[in-house]
Amino acid sequence: MTPQLILFFFLATVAVLSALGMLFSANAIYAALFLILNFGTVAIFYLLLSAPFIALAQVTVYAGAIMVLFLFVIMLLGAERTGRAPASWWLQPLALSLGVILLVEALYIVISQRGALPPPGEVTAAYGGPVAIGEVLFRQYLLPFEVTSILLLVAMIGAIVLSRRRT
Amino acid sequence: MSVPLAYYIGLSAILFTIGAMGVLIRRNSIVIFMSVELMLNAANLAFVAFARSYEAISGQIFVFFVMTVAAVEVAVGLALIVAIFHTKQSIDVDQMNSLRG
Amino acid sequence: MLLSEVPAGGAQFFYLVPWMVFLPLIGLLINIIVGGRLSEKWIGGIASAATGLAFVVAVFLAISLVGHPEGTTVPLIDWITIGELRVRWGFQVDTLSVTMMLMVSFVGTLIHIYAIGYMHDDVRHNGDPARYRRFFVFFNLFVLAMMVLVSADNYLMLFVGWEGVGLCSYLLIGFWYEKGEKGIGNALAAKKAFITNRIGDFGFLLAAFTMFGIFRTFDFEEVFKQVPQVAELFPIAILMITLFMLLGVTGKSAQLPLYVWLPDAMAGPTPVSALIHAATMVTAGVYLVARSFPLYAIVPAAQNTVAIVGGATALFAATIGLAQFDIKKVLAYSTISQLGFMVAAVGMGAIVAGIFHLVAHAFFKALLFLSAGSVIQGVERGEHHIEHDPKLKKASKAHAHFDPQDMRNMGGLRTRMKTTFWVYIIGALALSGIPPLAGFWSKDEILLEASHLNPLVYYLLVAAAFFTAFYMGRQVLMVFFGEPRSEAAAHATESPLVMTVPLMILAFFSAFGGLMNLPWLHTLGHWLEHTIKIEEAVKEVKLGAEAAVKFDWVVASISTALALIAIGLAWWLYERRYKELLKLPQAKRPDDPLRGILGPVFRLLEHKYWVDELYWAVILNPYIALSRFLAEQVDWRFWHDWFHDQVILRGYNALARLLSVQIDLGVIDAIANWIGEVTQRLANRMRLIQSGYVRNYALSVFLGVVIILGYLILR
Repeated sequence: MTPQLILFFFLATVAVLSALGMLFSANAIYAALFLILNFGTVAIFYLLLSAPFIALAQVTVYAGAIMVLFLFVIMLLGAERTGRAPASWWLQPLALSLGVILLVEALYIVISQRGALPPPGEVTAAYGGPVAIGEVLFRQYLLPFEVTSILLLVAMIGAIVLSRRRT
Repeated sequence: MSVPLAYYIGLSAILFTIGAMGVLIRRNSIVIFMSVELMLNAANLAFVAFARSYEAISGQIFVFFVMTVAAVEVAVGLALIVAIFHTKQSIDVDQMNSLRG
Repeated sequence: MLLSEVPAGGAQFFYLVPWMVFLPLIGLLINIIVGGRLSEKWIGGIASAATGLAFVVAVFLAISLVGHPEGTTVPLIDWITIGELRVRWGFQVDTLSVTMMLMVSFVGTLIHIYAIGYMHDDVRHNGDPARYRRFFVFFNLFVLAMMVLVSADNYLMLFVGWEGVGLCSYLLIGFWYEKGEKGIGNALAAKKAFITNRIGDFGFLLAAFTMFGIFRTFDFEEVFKQVPQVAELFPIAILMITLFMLLGVTGKSAQLPLYVWLPDAMAGPTPVSALIHAATMVTAGVYLVARSFPLYAIVPAAQNTVAIVGGATALFAATIGLAQFDIKKVLAYSTISQLGFMVAAVGMGAIVAGIFHLVAHAFFKALLFLSAGSVIQGVERGEHHIEHDPKLKKASKAHAHFDPQDMRNMGGLRTRMKTTFWVYIIGALALSGIPPLAGFWSKDEILLEASHLNPLVYYLLVAAAFFTAFYMGRQVLMVFFGEPRSEAAAHATESPLVMTVPLMILAFFSAFGGLMNLPWLHTLGHWLEHTIKIEEAVKEVKLGAEAAVKFDWVVASISTALALIAIGLAWWLYERRYKELLKLPQAKRPDDPLRGILGPVFRLLEHKYWVDELYWAVILNPYIALSRFLAEQVDWRFWHDWFHDQVILRGYNALARLLSVQIDLGVIDAIANWIGEVTQRLANRMRLIQSGYVRNYALSVFLGVVIILGYLILR
């Protein structure tokens, strides 16, 4: 067990537990807070995977902006609690069993294909830094990048239109 | 990097399954939304891990775009939930079945 | 025409030959398109000019032929190309075709000019001046078709012209289609001409099919080149072709047994009779035999058949001509008779004599017809004069059935229509064969040839010549001499200059046309020799002494003497005896002195041997009865009443009922309804799935993912 592995397992445990916490907490506020914790651990994973830019974007955009938006809405609506019993009695067991099957299938694929995956290796220092990302983003992916700006504008207008009270 | 890629993929699969469970089990539409975000995150993790081991920076660029789209989705989705709450005074998905066949 | 094709020696204008066809075409198109806004003079002038220019072109062609007598063919366009069958529209320019072109365009021009005057009165007399333009359009169309016929360089193109002149004949005979006996007489005459011609054309077509079957071509040159080989291999085929062709000739050139249409064709206006039914179209058959001479030369049986048909027709028609009272009918039978002379001549192989007579006949027969038209209009004018003079109108009785063409209503016209009288005399004498007029030379040459080649035909023709002189004498005496036999004839007036000038020109040529081919000079013979040359292999067949024809005093004196006797006889009968008869009271007086002498024979001739009646009895009535039987019994009773109404209708109804009730309702509708019901029931179940709960949908997607993943793993 190398220190890195220990660190990985620790963080993985935190991530899974926080995700389960989100799943099972009755209060939406708690669920949101668990999710922020989960996003934070994922950001650390990104750092471990030598993606510092993405890691910081994760913290600012996801954990920061998006989750704050969630909390705002929850508190604005005052709808943090809903009943727990599902509409159909068979839905929950069926969903759970399907989830288990999916997990088993996914893990089976990962384990069986493990040999085909590339072994862990080292990357150059510049990999994943803002410079490297910027180079690719503004050269190769300039058009998609500009299109996302339009998408964001559209979303902004759409959000304003939808949440406006009908008069 | 000494952690094998398979570990990251496995973690990604677990997180994705938990997110999917959230979508299926929870009735609170905001929590369902959060579960969707968790699933997106799981996918992002797989992307970054693969980008790392194949040294393909495009994988990280894709994550960047996914984040943007997620932000857009959340903005519109939450606006929708607000609008629905205004009419139904509830965000319980089990009370929304006006499209019943 | 390429310069390289121009042979040395003399100017040549062969490339002009398509204008022979296109000039009349231009003329008729002008008249069709703008003729409605032109005056009569312009319409007639344009049509005449078109024909006249065609004559000028023909003169140029003739001049070219002097330098290059071998002639040429001028291809214009390819008409049909199917496999082996290659037909082009080409123009045959040789001495024979150019002779025909000269004759057609020259006589045609004069008749066009004459028609300017004649139709002016005719359209007013018949009460529809608007048809003036139509007449000249048809006339130009006729010249066009005739030019196509004589200029064709293959049998199929010749057939196009052949049909074209037949069509024009139909259109012009029926020009006053609403007139005539019972208002349909002219239309019936036109129909008769057309159908009779169709029977002949059927023969022509059979000949053409056989020809293509054997020779694999229609071109004159190609066909004639192959004649010697084919004659050795299939002599019977050539006999078939020539005999079938003879059927076509009898139709177009009014020979026995298909001559019956020509007398009825006199229903057309007189210029039509002159141009089409005397001078040009009817000679097409003669031209065809002359053109196909290499074919006929090789089968003496066919030659003899043609010669005997011609000779028999000549005599047969001449005898009928003796007892006709209609001025144009006499000329019509005379035409049939003279065509018989020509056909007999070309049949015997005396091509030059036949063509000589053809050209000479064109002059004097056109002259006679046009003069007859002049006479008819003179009498009509006289009648018109009476109609507008109350005193005279009271005096003349029984005017209801006045026929301006009946010679019994004429008489004494020589003092009132001087020009017409003199030109008519020239024409009549030329036709009777009195020297030195054109008819004498040409007829004499035929008789001379016949005396060498075929004694039977010779006797037939001599008898015909005798009768010809007699009926012409009778006609002249009845029309122009004696006292007027009607008020109209007494007030007849001479025709205008536009009509009499062409008559004088034609009279000049009728008088001096013989110079074309005097027996000692043989100009036309040498001219045609270039075209009618015989292949070496055919030369063995006896063709007659035509190249060596010399004047034979015996033959000439016999025919001249007979003609003079006939004329004398006519004078005795119609001048002397007629005056005696006049002393008898009206009721006992026969309308014709000959009737008293011949009695029942005259009746036989007057009724044309009852050939029309015979045809009606033997062919037409049984045919009509058969058609009626087929129509009423077989078609109507059997097919319509029984088969259609009973068998098919009922069967069909039963079948339809079976199909609609059993098959359609029982099977097809049932299937369709079953599908509908099943779908509806299925849909009722399936809509339960559509719960409206978004989580159910998500579950479905999730289930799908699980299943697909499972499939990928277990695969």
